[in-house]
Amino acid sequence: MKRLLLSVLMVGLIAACGTTPKEKEGAAVEDRKPSGEAVDRPGVKPAESQPLQDKPYAGGPLKDPSNILSKRSVYFEFDSNIVKDEYKPMVSAHARYLQQNGGAKMRIEGNADERGSREYNLALGQRRADAVRQMMQLLGARSVQIETVSFGEEKPRGLGHDEASWAENRRADIVYQGE
Amino acid sequence: MSIDRLHPFLCAVVLLVSLALSPLSRGALTIEIVGSGATQFPIAVVSFRAEEGLAQPLSRIVAADLQRSGLFRLVDAGGMNPVPHEPAQLNYEQWRARGADAVVIGSVSRLPDGRYDVRFRLMDSVKQTQLAGYVYYARADNLRLVAHKIADLIYEKLTGEAGVFATRITYIVERGKRFELQVADADGYNSQTVLASNEPIISPAWSPDGLQIAYVSFEQKKPIVYVQSLVTGQRRAVARHWGSNSAPAWSPDGKRLAVVLTKDGGSQIYLVNSADGGNVTRLTYTTAIDTEPNFSPDGRHLLFTSDRSGGPQIYRMPVTGGHAERLTFEGTYNVTPRYSPDGKSFTFIQRSGTQFNVAVQDFATRQLQVLTDGGVDESPTFAPNGKLILYATGTRGRGVLSAVSSDGRIKQRLTADAGDVREPAWGPLQK
Repeated sequence: MKRLLLSVLMVGLIAACGTTPKEKEGAAVEDRKPSGEAVDRPGVKPAESQPLQDKPYAGGPLKDPSNILSKRSVYFEFDSNIVKDEYKPMVSAHARYLQQNGGAKMRIEGNADERGSREYNLALGQRRADAVRQMMQLLGARSVQIETVSFGEEKPRGLGHDEASWAENRRADIVYQGE
Repeated sequence: MSIDRLHPFLCAVVLLVSLALSPLSRGALTIEIVGSGATQFPIAVVSFRAEEGLAQPLSRIVAADLQRSGLFRLVDAGGMNPVPHEPAQLNYEQWRARGADAVVIGSVSRLPDGRYDVRFRLMDSVKQTQLAGYVYYARADNLRLVAHKIADLIYEKLTGEAGVFATRITYIVERGKRFELQVADADGYNSQTVLASNEPIISPAWSPDGLQIAYVSFEQKKPIVYVQSLVTGQRRAVARHWGSNSAPAWSPDGKRLAVVLTKDGGSQIYLVNSADGGNVTRLTYTTAIDTEPNFSPDGRHLLFTSDRSGGPQIYRMPVTGGHAERLTFEGTYNVTPRYSPDGKSFTFIQRSGTQFNVAVQDFATRQLQVLTDGGVDESPTFAPNGKLILYATGTRGRGVLSAVSSDGRIKQRLTADAGDVREPAWGPLQK
């Protein structure tokens, strides 16, 4: 209805404008019926986003601090998406868990440090998450069990602007569904 | 600089939508200017009759706009007796003696329906003729817009280029854990929140008609592309596929969006319908990162960033996909390409050591010019007249918006009163 009303108003305005004769050069403003412009820009109507509610943690080995499955972060070198040897036992353990629990699903969240383009960094984070997923799939996890997404540089864990923070943010995190 | 004699009246259509303003943030950005144009046009802007009672005197907004462009030198307009509001009251000799080649005069009066009647004239003090004259009718809350339209008309008459003072910009503000997508006038005033979220928002992009904004929101714990109407506040997800969805760019006809999806593995460029996200068409087929697409003004090509050759570089391909041509060869990190409005050049960010600078490159000559130095610059976006490039700069957590003229001569800094401001996008010319 609003759209229709808007269209009608627009058509009316366009028609009115079309029939308005152009003023001669240098003519005085007051020499004619006012034929100026109605200035009326609408205000911006905001929307509120709806953040997901955090669900309670699932229990079991995934939470047990003594279990390797409680380890969730893979760190990367600068400009690299190679999963370093020290993280392979952890990645393997998660792959095994997915294989043994066919209904389990996880999201791997890639991250990047703050330097450079935000969209390019989003893609770099995605590449890191994908590298972890590929390793898990090679070890027997099914592709439908793993969604890889990226936060790029948007959700830094290290808040400084130095190499220590950047290293902390070149990271992929494993999050199981329901966590 | 030549002065063209043009029709004193133009006809324009402005949306007549009466929508109540929501409670909105009114935080202002303030502007600092560094540098100036090679030649500055001397102009006097006289106080308008009966503008003293207004919240913001129109003549001052007009003068500030003109000065901010760097292309005008404001001549002292005070101390004339009587203060001229009509051509007959102008003593051209006196204005010429002050060095003003043009004089702006005007008046404001309240109409019975509560709106204001604002009229102005741009007078040539050398030829003693009128260059432009116009009447506007507006509610009190649109008087700033009227002043910007007056400044646009003056700018256009005296420079031959379209003015962009009445356009709008969008950007992201981060305050603590709160992220806001805001829209403001091109001078930073009248900021209004379009979306507030406790998760990040990035990559806002104006629809060609200036009525919608596409953006990436992380509120569902992953990047999803939305399109939101500025008029109704309603929004829709147009890319919510398996994996990440990002980097929206509008086609010039507003019907399609180029986006980056990872649903088929890797970050690749696709086209989707802007109305419903349908008709998903994949454009790139590489194992590399392909991102940051941007449509040419004629809608036939896309610029994008790809690291298919190693580091990220700028490429161009037909909008139908196919062969991509590499355009940047200087440096190991060139990102975020955006076409100029005339399609003859593009702006992008080039890394040099630890710095990230705004650069422009001409398509025909391939000549590259770096426009900024010494900063961490991001997200360059052309003004719709191609004369200025707006970009984000500064350290993280204290980001500000700056603008540089496309010849590098004039720099402006817009500073927010609070928060971290970034991801600017300059809106289209308002019809």
